[in-house]
Order: sequence, then C-alpha cells, then structure tokens
Amino acid sequence: MARNKDRGTPEVSSGSMADIAFLLLIFFLVTTTIANDKGILMQLPPPPEPDQPIVEFQERNIFKILANSNDQLLVENEVYVKPMSELKEEIKAFILNFGNPDQSGIDTYNSLPSQMKARAKQSPESSDHPGKAVVSFKANRGTSYELYIDVLDAAQAAYNEIYAERVGITAQEYLELDKSKDVEKRMYEQGKAGIPKAISIAEPDK
Amino acid sequence: MSKFKKSSSASQDIPTAALPDIIFMLLFFFMVTTVMREQEILVKQVLPKADQLSKIQKKSLVSHIYIGEPKNVGTYGAEPRIQTNDVFMEADELTLFVNQEKDKLSEAERDRITMALNIDSEVKMGIVSDVEQTLRKSNARKILYKSLKGVKN
Repeated sequence: MARNKDRGTPEVSSGSMADIAFLLLIFFLVTTTIANDKGILMQLPPPPEPDQPIVEFQERNIFKILANSNDQLLVENEVYVKPMSELKEEIKAFILNFGNPDQSGIDTYNSLPSQMKARAKQSPESSDHPGKAVVSFKANRGTSYELYIDVLDAAQAAYNEIYAERVGITAQEYLELDKSKDVEKRMYEQGKAGIPKAISIAEPDK
Repeated sequence: MSKFKKSSSASQDIPTAALPDIIFMLLFFFMVTTVMREQEILVKQVLPKADQLSKIQKKSLVSHIYIGEPKNVGTYGAEPRIQTNDVFMEADELTLFVNQEKDKLSEAERDRITMALNIDSEVKMGIVSDVEQTLRKSNARKILYKSLKGVKN
C-alpha cells in the first residue's frame, strides 16, 4: 500500500546545520579563556616560634640583595644598575663558588660536569659550597611588585639553570619535567642533589 | 589537447558535506576547554612577566587571591585591595578565607593547598608582604606568584 504512494522520504533539512554549529562555535570561541595557572612557585617559611634559635650565617655564604622604595637595588653592598641577566650570572657564580667545601660539598663538586667545575672560582670571599649558600632578598614596603618578581625570577633562573646544566638540558626543559614519570623524576632529583634552592625572602622594612 | 579537455569535465565543487562535522569537532573542542569565569574580578590585573614559570599539577588545590587597585575607584578608592571570591578583604581576615578553602578539600590534601597570588604589577610590596605573613600564620605556605611568560624589557 505504502509502496504505491510516493511520499518521498521525510528529511530534516540539514543545510543550516553548519550555520548553527558556526554560531555555537563563535560563542565558545569568544567566551573561552584558556586558563593559565602558571607562575613562580615559592614555599613560605613556617611561622616564627617564640624561642626559635637564631641561626648564624657567615657573611660570605649569603648573597645579599636589597631593594629600596625607589626600586633601586643594592647587591652585595654595591649599588646595582646592570640588567637582571647579569644578576642571574652573579648568583650562579656565587652558588658554584666552592670556596671551602666540606665533605658533602666535595661530593657535589665531583658530581658536576667538567664545564661547570671549570667555573668554580674557589674564592675565599664567596660561598663555601652550594649546600651553605643562601640567596637573601629583602625588599622595602614601597618596592614595586614588578621588581620583586624580576629579582625572584633571576634567583630562580640561576638555580634552575644550574640544575638543568647538571643533567644536560635547558632550564625550560627542566621546569617542564613531569615528576609523575620515573625517568623524568630521577633527572629532576639528580639536578637538585646537594644544591638546595635556598632563596630567603626577608620581611620588608617599614 | 583533447585529453586535457576530457579531464576538465569533472565537477570542480569541493564537497561540503563534511563541513558540519568539522565545525562540530571544533565546537566540541572549545566547549570542553572553556572555563566560564565564575567570579568577577574587581581589581586591576596586569600580571608581571617572568621566565621561570612552573605549572600547577592539580588545579583543585589552587585558591586564588587577587590584589590590585580597584577598577571602580569612585566606590572603593585608589589604594590596592585584596579580593577573594567576590569580596574585598583586609590582609588579616585572610585566615578565614584560607580555612574555608581548606574545608573544601579532603583531609589528606589540606596541607597541599596552593595559594595563587594574582597581583597587579603596580602594587607595592607592603600589602603583598602582609598577605604573605597571614598565609604563613594560617599554614597555607605554598604560594604561586601568578605571572605571564614573557621577556622583560
């Protein structure tokens, strides 16, 4: 019976399908904000305890960076006007000085690749070994956040470049190591071994 | 000559039947990646540029704090303010916010909470350090200075 009548197959016209999809697409394109949860990770020290012993550091083991409210820098007691990339190199030289290494310092030194060993100045006025070196940064309450991040970035870069060079990759690759994978985690640990990231941020002056 | 003419008789239309499928694929991609902004940011946000950026592995552990000059200077003044969720806060009130955020997490993850500090680059360090001191006291010591990838000038 149905065979006789030629009704044609009922079809929803799909010609405008692309247009509808386009409309939705453009809506989502406009509303999308690809989340960027990236930044400089820091671990704050635990809150001070009342009877905390004061740890003494020798002057030579501290790399002092001070910033005032006019965004001027004082690095190792000298006014600093050079770019941040120079500061990074100075911090690197300070960390890898090996002026007076103890046993663990010597072990660290021996684990370094030869081109990094060659850079150790072994000056008695700079840090004993990386395990003792501390980069100290103190800002003023009036220092701009931008400068603070710049200095922090330079200090982080110095450490990351040292870690990365030890395992033979670039700092960028080192930062992107995925710690959930065994091989990459081992590289990460190997880079850090014996050289703790000691960036101390003091409470700003009033 | 005739050989070439023959081949030109083929239809030259690009088949558009697959076009909706392609568009749908793109559509689904954007639908999945879209994160609707759940809160309105009331302060100026020009993040500083930095180079040594780490990525956060687990997004559920991150809580955001925004600091900057209010956008609506007439109502809130020109001094930098701290914003969490939808309200302005004083630095010493942050403990409450930290505890609220910690309550949202499971017991085991509470110590791993990361505070993402979204700070405008024009802000002075005073308010930033006040916030850090409060975070230290409220035991949320992992912080992330949110910044953009970029070369400094």
